[in-house]
Amino acid sequence: MNAPGPSPTASTAFAETLISVPSLRCAGCIAKLEDGLAQAPGIAAARVNFTAKRVAIAHAPDMAVPDLLDMIGSLGFEAQPLAEAAETKDSESRQLVRAMAVAGFASMNVMLLSVSVWSGADGATRDLFHWLSALIALPTVAYSGRPFFKSAWAALRHGRTNMDVPIAIGVALVSALSLFETIVGGPHAYFDGAVMLLFFLLVGRVLDSVMRDRARDGVTALLKHTAPGALVLKPDGSTAWRDAQSLAPNMRMIVAAGERLAADGVIEKGESHFDRALMTGESAPQRALPGDAVHAGTLNLDAPVTVRVTAAGPDTAIADIARMMENAGQARSRYVRLADRAARLYAPAVHTLAALSFAGWMLAGAGWHDALLIAVAVLIITCPCALGLAVPAAQIVVAGALMRAGVLVKDGSALERLADADRALFDKTGTLTLGRPEPDNLADLSTGQQSVLLGLVRASRHPLSQALRRAIEAEGIAAADIHAIAETPGTGLSGAWQGKAVRLGRADDVDGAGSAMACRFEIAGETAITLRFHDQLRPGAVALPAELGALGISSSILSGDRTAAVAPVARALGLTAQTAMLPEDKLASIARLSAGGAKVLMVGDGLNDGPALAAGHVSMAPASASDAGQNAADAVWLGDSIAPVATAIRAARRTMRVVRQNFAIAIGYNMIAVPMAFLGYVTPLVAALAMSGSSLIVVGNALRLRKAAR
Amino acid sequence: MSGLAFLIPVALLLGLGGLGAFLWALRGGQFDDLDGAALRILIEDDKKNGADR
Repeated sequence: MNAPGPSPTASTAFAETLISVPSLRCAGCIAKLEDGLAQAPGIAAARVNFTAKRVAIAHAPDMAVPDLLDMIGSLGFEAQPLAEAAETKDSESRQLVRAMAVAGFASMNVMLLSVSVWSGADGATRDLFHWLSALIALPTVAYSGRPFFKSAWAALRHGRTNMDVPIAIGVALVSALSLFETIVGGPHAYFDGAVMLLFFLLVGRVLDSVMRDRARDGVTALLKHTAPGALVLKPDGSTAWRDAQSLAPNMRMIVAAGERLAADGVIEKGESHFDRALMTGESAPQRALPGDAVHAGTLNLDAPVTVRVTAAGPDTAIADIARMMENAGQARSRYVRLADRAARLYAPAVHTLAALSFAGWMLAGAGWHDALLIAVAVLIITCPCALGLAVPAAQIVVAGALMRAGVLVKDGSALERLADADRALFDKTGTLTLGRPEPDNLADLSTGQQSVLLGLVRASRHPLSQALRRAIEAEGIAAADIHAIAETPGTGLSGAWQGKAVRLGRADDVDGAGSAMACRFEIAGETAITLRFHDQLRPGAVALPAELGALGISSSILSGDRTAAVAPVARALGLTAQTAMLPEDKLASIARLSAGGAKVLMVGDGLNDGPALAAGHVSMAPASASDAGQNAADAVWLGDSIAPVATAIRAARRTMRVVRQNFAIAIGYNMIAVPMAFLGYVTPLVAALAMSGSSLIVVGNALRLRKAAR
Repeated sequence: MSGLAFLIPVALLLGLGGLGAFLWALRGGQFDDLDGAALRILIEDDKKNGADR
């Protein structure tokens, strides 16, 4: 099990399912999960991918997803099925790594031959070495150059130009001219320049794509997918598991306590509380009776219900919001990355320079061969080798630093946009607050009472019970033995402790619609105690507005919650707030600010924030956010504290400073090297030294960012 | 000079060998789970190995 043996996909008789296990933390977890699953009946093999925090299980085809989840649960891990099938094996970054490996091999070997030529090989030996170099370099250019040729061709076809156009033209021209030189037995061939250029540029590309993959893996592992399916009650009374896509209106699904709904519907039987935070951002659970409408993605809290499906798949309210998000995200896709903006100025300048040097030397009577050789030298020297590395190198170093600090940034463009932000909008529930109730007055209970309470609430999944359990366990109090625990939906928990009846139930004197949530705890023969709860602010939230203010960012709150619930938070943070906002209102508010020229940073978590997260110039979400929120956000931070928001902005701004320095270095290098190339002093040796020298300086400068996220 | 005829192919073959090994490892999925690979070394293979010590 320990050795990286054959992948479980190898045998076709088994079905393979990917399951996300976010709680994998150590080597012990890998062994426990893999060995535990492998011994379970019906499972052929299990292989953990620790980086992506998921496990691939090869199992008998008749096993359903819930069985697998139960098995993983019984081993002590929380798990969520991954909706998408196994990712494509041949991902973009793999292709890039292969291209890079080939270019690296070629540049080493061509350099070996070139060094001998530079040290004085001539005559037949030089020609032989040039031919050998051509033999290695030409196939390499054809293979490793493909990403650049493709992208350049795509840009040219649409009448645009990008960084890849000068690269593609440069590499193609250099290779063609060097081949010609080799055939006529000339003294200079630039094969080493061509392959080294490709190698350095591919290193930049690989860094960029590794960064995107890593963040994507991290986020996928965190995704709490809305229910992938439901248990459907057939007319004959039997039940079957159907996945969400194959649910249809008028089917009846049985939704157990603790399950998310897979489709919109109306309750037919049973009553329960639903956590609708995903849809509305409201933290208090809502009661639903037969006849009430419930929405896909909401969490059934305390009792099993039978729901008649009214809308499934693309017709659900959740899917509506997803469409709104898609439209809102279009503005962002028009953002042009810094490197491409630089290329818009750079590419024409480079081509003009090369053309000018060719024309100049022709006029000076140098003959077309010499003039072309000099033009090619200009192209090689100006090829944006340092530029191509300047941005990705800085960004991947910072992304690594941020990841260690608990912030996953999805791609380089997110970092660029994060540095731009000058206006911050925050959602309340789950973003500024933890989004889970915390008991206020637990200290009113004696230690003995708390231990009785813990024994009682351990049996329930209701959010208030869970909050009590966390709070009491945090104090290190052991649970008392409670017998005959019963949970009545909507009423509460009851049990017996040393023969006395104990009860935890609704507090009738506190209105459920007020800002406080409360419940009443009663031990027979003692006075009842009302426990109050409120949604606590995240650690670091109070300091955040001032921290952002120091960065020149003004903040305010956009909440879907009622004014009464938002006011205390707004007061604590000293922020203005807009309340009772629908997703559309949030969108409109962002559009208004953007029209005024502000670069909006949206920080939110719920599904109702999804469109706003997609519409903001840049957006962040906590790891506790809904699936949709995390997908829409540019960066996701882990942990309870909200302080990483400011950390990420500071790190992004430092990155942009280093990127600008790198641009300045690259331009300074060109200002020295281009006149030399223009005058015809650049031999292949000088080009090789200049190219690798400038790349090393740029990468070295980027490495200074390793501690940027402190 | 005659050494070249021998040394150059050797250099190229060694390089190609390295490239081939890297691509083979890449295809075999050895770079898929770098963090996990670092941790797996800590897992005891099975009980028998522990008893042999």
